Amino acid sequence: MSTISREEVARLAGLARIDLTETELDRLAGELDVIVDSVAKVSEIATADVPATSHPLPLTNVFREDVTGEVLPVADALAGAPAAEDGRFAVPQILEED
Amino acid sequence: MSTMTTPLVDYDEAVARFDPVIGIEVHVELGTATKMFDAAPTGFGADPNTQVTPVSLGLPGALPALNGRAVEYAIRIGLALNCEIAPLCRFARKNYFYPDVPKNFQTSQYDEPIAFDGWVDVELEDGEVVRVEIERAHMEEDAGKNTHVGGSTGRIHGAEYSLVDYNRAGIPLVEIVTRPITGVGARAPEVARAYVQTLRDLFRALDVSEARMERGNVRADVNVSLRATPDAPLGTRTETKNVNSFRSVERAVRYEVSRQAAVLDDGRSVVQETRHWHEDTGVTTAGRVKSDAEDYRYFPEPDLVPVAPSREWVEEIRATLPEMPAARRRRLQGEWGYADAEMRDVVNAGAVELIEATIAAGAAPAAARKWWMGELARAAKDRAVELAELPVTPSQIAGLQALVDSGRVNDKLARQVLAGVLAGEGTPEEVVTARGLEVVSDDGALLAAVDEALAAQPDVVAKIRGGNLGPVGAIIGAVMKATRGQADAGRVRELVLERVQDA
Amino acid sequence: MSGTDLTRRTADELASALRSGEVSSVEVTQAHLDRIGAVDDAVHAFLHVSAEEALRTAREVDARRAAGEAVHELAGVPIAVKDVVVTKGLPTTAGSRILEGWVPPYDATLVERLHAAGMPILGKTNMDEFAMGSSTEHSGYGPTRNPWDLDRIPGGSGGGSAAAVAAYEAPLAIGTDTGGSIRQPGAVTGTVGVKPTYGGVSRYGLIALASSLDQAGPVTRTVLDSALLHEVIGGHDPRDATSLSDPATGLVAAAREGMTGDLSGVRVGVVDELDGEGYQPGVRARFEESLELLRGAGAEVVRVSCPHVVYALAAYYLILPSEASSNLAKFDGMRFGLRVEPDEGPVTAERVMAATRGAGFGAEVKRRIILGTYALSAGYYDAYYGSAQKVRTLIQRDFTAAFDQVDVLVSPTAPTTAFRLGEKLDDPLAMYLNDVATIPANLAGIPGISVPNGLSDDGLPVGFQVLAPARADARLYRVGAALEALLEGTWGSPLLARAPELVTEGSDR
Repeated sequence: MSTISREEVARLAGLARIDLTETELDRLAGELDVIVDSVAKVSEIATADVPATSHPLPLTNVFREDVTGEVLPVADALAGAPAAEDGRFAVPQILEED
Repeated sequence: MSTMTTPLVDYDEAVARFDPVIGIEVHVELGTATKMFDAAPTGFGADPNTQVTPVSLGLPGALPALNGRAVEYAIRIGLALNCEIAPLCRFARKNYFYPDVPKNFQTSQYDEPIAFDGWVDVELEDGEVVRVEIERAHMEEDAGKNTHVGGSTGRIHGAEYSLVDYNRAGIPLVEIVTRPITGVGARAPEVARAYVQTLRDLFRALDVSEARMERGNVRADVNVSLRATPDAPLGTRTETKNVNSFRSVERAVRYEVSRQAAVLDDGRSVVQETRHWHEDTGVTTAGRVKSDAEDYRYFPEPDLVPVAPSREWVEEIRATLPEMPAARRRRLQGEWGYADAEMRDVVNAGAVELIEATIAAGAAPAAARKWWMGELARAAKDRAVELAELPVTPSQIAGLQALVDSGRVNDKLARQVLAGVLAGEGTPEEVVTARGLEVVSDDGALLAAVDEALAAQPDVVAKIRGGNLGPVGAIIGAVMKATRGQADAGRVRELVLERVQDA
Repeated sequence: MSGTDLTRRTADELASALRSGEVSSVEVTQAHLDRIGAVDDAVHAFLHVSAEEALRTAREVDARRAAGEAVHELAGVPIAVKDVVVTKGLPTTAGSRILEGWVPPYDATLVERLHAAGMPILGKTNMDEFAMGSSTEHSGYGPTRNPWDLDRIPGGSGGGSAAAVAAYEAPLAIGTDTGGSIRQPGAVTGTVGVKPTYGGVSRYGLIALASSLDQAGPVTRTVLDSALLHEVIGGHDPRDATSLSDPATGLVAAAREGMTGDLSGVRVGVVDELDGEGYQPGVRARFEESLELLRGAGAEVVRVSCPHVVYALAAYYLILPSEASSNLAKFDGMRFGLRVEPDEGPVTAERVMAATRGAGFGAEVKRRIILGTYALSAGYYDAYYGSAQKVRTLIQRDFTAAFDQVDVLVSPTAPTTAFRLGEKLDDPLAMYLNDVATIPANLAGIPGISVPNGLSDDGLPVGFQVLAPARADARLYRVGAALEALLEGTWGSPLLARAPELVTEGSDR
């Protein structure tokens, strides 16, 4: 159906925020090509008249009451953090503003 | 940020040559007790990370559970905006990496909003009504809050690191998106402002949000584009993010019109980008360029099941919708007998509720308006606060007016009573007592003062006896002075004439 | 009573012994901890052994029993938990280096239920990283070995749980099954594994792989033990929006009914598309023999076709990576787990995230995240993810039609017996084929069980899969327990009795 170039893998790795080595880029480009070729056959039978199934069992309207529950103690919330300060998570500088 | 001055075209000139088109995205934080997807509380001003659960922190293994009240509020907003309510809709994941988005995806509605295809009428200050079409209103969750630390300027670019508080992460939001608003020409900035104001009033009337602008409960993203003529295709737009006051909405649109006009005049094209609004300098600056790198990889949120509001539920909600602000204003104006201009002033001053409550507490509509738009408006202006923030209640104002109506204080004294109330001296009644401001209506006390004044000015008494009533005023003045203004001037006059005749 | 004897007993037997006062929970728990100490260097089923916590729970249960308190039927019976399940106070890594040392501040719902039942947790079991794999070789902490042959894989992703139960290190274990991660390890280690109906067991606290496919379930040595455990962990949980409201009841009863060996009136459908090409001869032979036993027990065996099932693997390898690429985005070094700074250049959040994920994720995880990112990315969504979701609809329709004709569907659980470590590590597609028979149930949300049904020509265990309609999990237990009873009747003992004894002293394998 398509071929996945090394550049395409690099673009995807950027989107997925994963640093890949040169070797990994080369290997993945080859592997993904094979995998994508083999899975592309789904489009053979996925005709317009077939609805998509996003949830295996058809439940609807599962709501929670708007009642407050237990919160994590701050110490627990921050216990696993690589860095914390003043009750907050410390993260490296954010360059790209959303 | 560039230090170069951005060239601008004078606004009137810009709109004379270009047709501005605007579009507005408003985010409102719903006033639910808990977050969109977990039972963490939503109170304002809590210590950092004290209102989080594994869900709002996006910890491994945590799953969302949808707040039913948030769905109900979204439907209320949709119905109030004359929208269709989707018979079935799903949440989607919007995937992007950002430290204040704990899961690195935002759970939002994408191509299946809960409400769509609506409209709202927006009234401008001069009474002109503009109908704004609503494309959609959908549910989503808020992000956490970054505080940038270190660096020289404190702005993001100079920061060495950031501190993240996830208390706000997961607070339920409804985002309301307009269709492009065309045909408003030079009034685009005003329309933008009035639209956001209209929505704010609506959120409050619906009781779905505190809708406090200064707390960021209501945030607007403003899209602006220019085109040569009203029948030309839409131009390239910019999106100015997080404009958080009515005045800023108006200024931001105005600024973008002037800036884009300069870009186009220069023969360049407007870049489709996100821009940031700077409240202090009143300018927008370039942010992220919208590009194909912005690939959010939306897909239906598998951890939440579809929302399928039954028609019965929707009608039940519709039946409980309160009167909409515009209709209410029209009704109140009729009931109160205010002229159009008077009502507009009241609305613009944010005094509708205050006057309504004052009238409910017994004051006549004209008197209520006189107080709130006169003495109290001046006090608010002096103190640079909103009317509602003054330390006086509508029922106290009604009480003050009752004192005037009963003749216990005159207008001048009433203003002194009000000053006392505003100074925190208590209720009008308490101020009257404490300051001794009541009109002196005891004839004995008054007669003593009158006699004293007459004795002091025999020549005046002679003139009056001679039939010249002109100098009576001088005697009254002296009595008023002696009683520190607390005498009823009409009664003093009667007493003076009586005494002169009798003598 | 020796410790060895205790570790050979089933959970049901241990429960009776505890109830009668024959043994204490401390004795039972200690016996299993001793067994772990003796064999786990060789098997490597556990990533973390929580001896202290387990014994504390055991002592509490013993004290409650001694005080005459009413306790749960399985109180005091120890259990191993797959490391993808978060456990408050116990390290949880999901087999990934990116979570090394992370100690969750909360318990998964199913762990709360184990605690409530008074079941000591022996430790956390090894798995393919984030449950991506069919051999446990993709663990960030080294592979688990198959107790039948230590040079072979124990299946995956839940190889640790299956091996722990097969090696008598735990009478019970928790697994999770996204495409076969409970059933396929069960098949290749000679143990029982059940994937309940989607939504039957809460997913709250399972580190998500593919949210619309994941399901936790029992890993045991007998069908009855699975039913007992299923009733502990199953049932509605308001914290999981996809959780079913059905109570987890009637499963033990169904297993006991099946143990009588009578299947009169039960209609069994053999899925044409899951029996044939690609299945080892020994696997096929055992499957045919088992069908014969079912017929002998009164079942009516017919063949049914589920034509779209041949597309299941393709759909699965689009849906799973897509959902996983999003579920695994949170592992970014900002709030928990590993944080790695880039070797050079500015230390920004964006670059630290990329460096952390580059260093913390293994090859298979990267492969699937990139694949999923591709499948969801603009311009490809309809062709890949969208089409895969349609295939899902078609497979569901196939199953619905099949279940109009029969009560249960059956197939071999896995096409082959356990392969050698390293054999398929460089061939992702060959690895993916191991799950060809188990994946359709996950796509359709229906329940499945794998029951050991003999040894193949190579002397390694083979599994028999039973599938039932959604919410009809009880049928799995009836048919599974019947087959187990019939097979053990012909063998004269459980299949595991034929597994080699693991050398427990001075072991060099």
